[in-house]
Amino acid sequence: MSKALLYDATMCIGCKQCEQACATENSLPYNEGIATEEKQSDHKYTAVLTKGDKYMRRLCMNCQDPACASACPVAALRKTAAGPVIYDEGRCMGCRYCMLACPFSVPKYEWSKMLPKVRKCTMCPNRVDSGRQTACAEICPTGATKFGERDDLVQEAQQRIRDHPGQYLPHIYGLNEVGGTSVLLLSSVPFEQFGYPGDMLTEPMPLLTSRVLSKVPDVVTLGGVLLGGVWWITNRRSEVFAAEGNDATADKKRSDDENE
Amino acid sequence: MSRPRYGFWQVILWAVLCAGGYALILRFTRGLAASTNLSDEFPWGLWVGFKLFSVALAGGGFTLAAVVHIFNLKRYRPVLRPMILTAFLGYSMFICSLIIDLGRPYRVWHPVVMWNDHSVMFEIAWCVMLYTTVLILEFAPAVLERLGWQRALGCLRGVMIPVVILGVILSTLHQSSLGSLYLIVPGKLYPLWYSPLEPVFFFVSALCAGLAMTIFESWHSRKAFSKELDPSLLTGLGRVLAVALSFYLTLRFIDMAHRGVFHLLRLPRTETYLFLLEIALLLTPMLLLFRRRIHHDPTALYFCSVLTLLGFVTNRMNVAITGMEASSGAYYFPKWTELAITMSLVASAFAIFWLAVKYLPVFPPARQACQAAQPERLAVPSAVPEFTHAS
Repeated sequence: MSKALLYDATMCIGCKQCEQACATENSLPYNEGIATEEKQSDHKYTAVLTKGDKYMRRLCMNCQDPACASACPVAALRKTAAGPVIYDEGRCMGCRYCMLACPFSVPKYEWSKMLPKVRKCTMCPNRVDSGRQTACAEICPTGATKFGERDDLVQEAQQRIRDHPGQYLPHIYGLNEVGGTSVLLLSSVPFEQFGYPGDMLTEPMPLLTSRVLSKVPDVVTLGGVLLGGVWWITNRRSEVFAAEGNDATADKKRSDDENE
Repeated sequence: MSRPRYGFWQVILWAVLCAGGYALILRFTRGLAASTNLSDEFPWGLWVGFKLFSVALAGGGFTLAAVVHIFNLKRYRPVLRPMILTAFLGYSMFICSLIIDLGRPYRVWHPVVMWNDHSVMFEIAWCVMLYTTVLILEFAPAVLERLGWQRALGCLRGVMIPVVILGVILSTLHQSSLGSLYLIVPGKLYPLWYSPLEPVFFFVSALCAGLAMTIFESWHSRKAFSKELDPSLLTGLGRVLAVALSFYLTLRFIDMAHRGVFHLLRLPRTETYLFLLEIALLLTPMLLLFRRRIHHDPTALYFCSVLTLLGFVTNRMNVAITGMEASSGAYYFPKWTELAITMSLVASAFAIFWLAVKYLPVFPPARQACQAAQPERLAVPSAVPEFTHAS
């Protein structure tokens, strides 16, 4: 069973304690200045965005079938069975294809460092492995961020929408987006207002490339046979010409034809 | 008359190389933030676009290898070696710009041992490694002939057909998978360029760019080295290019019609203008190349090949930069360091090509008469200076 986070924006009071807990968990600096930065960056893996009296968290969605992990040529990014999408910095060579591939543009890069790493929320894999909650869910004073089994959280989100239809948009963001994510969002205002892309595919993004990649062995085999066959025919033909001693004549005739 | 101009172009060449060298030092001592305008919003920039088209220009290598060795059209043999050399330089530029672009260049070998066969980038990494090896093998005869190592030459001839077949397959995979890279960004790449057929477009356009590159180089080589090629060869290539370009453009048109994106062309946006520029640069040579008068005029053929090449450079830059800008919400224009490094890579490639042609049997032996007529022309530092003759 895989774990997930449910963030209910209507319960969020914008205290940003999740930001602070996240920074502590990941040994990142946190202060007043960083608290006012309303975007994810190489030193801020989660951000609480404010619009009037509405709040919204941004963090890695930890997709069920992540585009970043399928894109990474060296498998530095990987989805674990427990839910987190983790990053092995020892493998990463810095091609940044994950940043391009991520439909939510989550992975960030340490541009100013000489040996940069990709930085993103990895859903506290150590905590999750030892049966604990993520840092952000643990600290949340209102329960706006809740940690649990994904299936349970989906049911709970559906229940909340059923119980308070006026309070929520009838949409659990992350339930079907890009084949489902391990972060589920509930809100009273459209998610697009906070930079979440609308009109997402409901199939996993990696399918877009794996459909093509799966044809590679066929192309190699069929291409080899076809080209080998063509060579065999053309080579045989020129051998016959040569044997009949009219190679030169034939070649000359051919080139004359084409000159016309 | 030409001597002062050679001096001028040599100055330009060295200026570009010096600027590039300095930019390279900045890149490796100060990091990516100091040497590029890349950002979290815009993680891939000029260097990726450059990689895309340096490989496209290498398309002539596998096209002509197939034409000569597999389809046995031996009369194209004189242009095969220059194209193999071009392809090799194209892939070398790809590898250089990749190493410069990588956040941790010393890990460039990681895909050899760390596998992810779901990754397009992984496939590209392997194709580049293998195909560069194939190109070295395909070009080796020129070096071996020069050295006079007959036995090695004999061995190489024995394995040439399998090597060529492998090369054609690897190129097909690699050229198309550069397009597949963008399949995973349907929400990010502007719809004028995002298409499920992107791998096919990249492959067909590499064929076209390869043919155009052949015409382009033959013309320069004739000017610079008095290596006279049979004009009928270029006429034939021009015809094939006309057909290949019309196939490519028709495919793009059909794809756009199916995806219903023509209405986007009514929007007054940068994307629209650059898209129209790209299409115009490809449509013009296509129409010209169907005219009989053009076929027999080497300069007109050359002009068409330049337009085609510019068209595909625009195409690759549009996919890598223009088409990704709107969704990123950031404005990207390369920093001078990015431009300087890119330009000096191109300049180095020209210089290496010139040296190779000068010292190795790349082109068939020149006719004595031509050589006697223009001996001082051998002093041209690269093919670049000859641009001035285009008009």
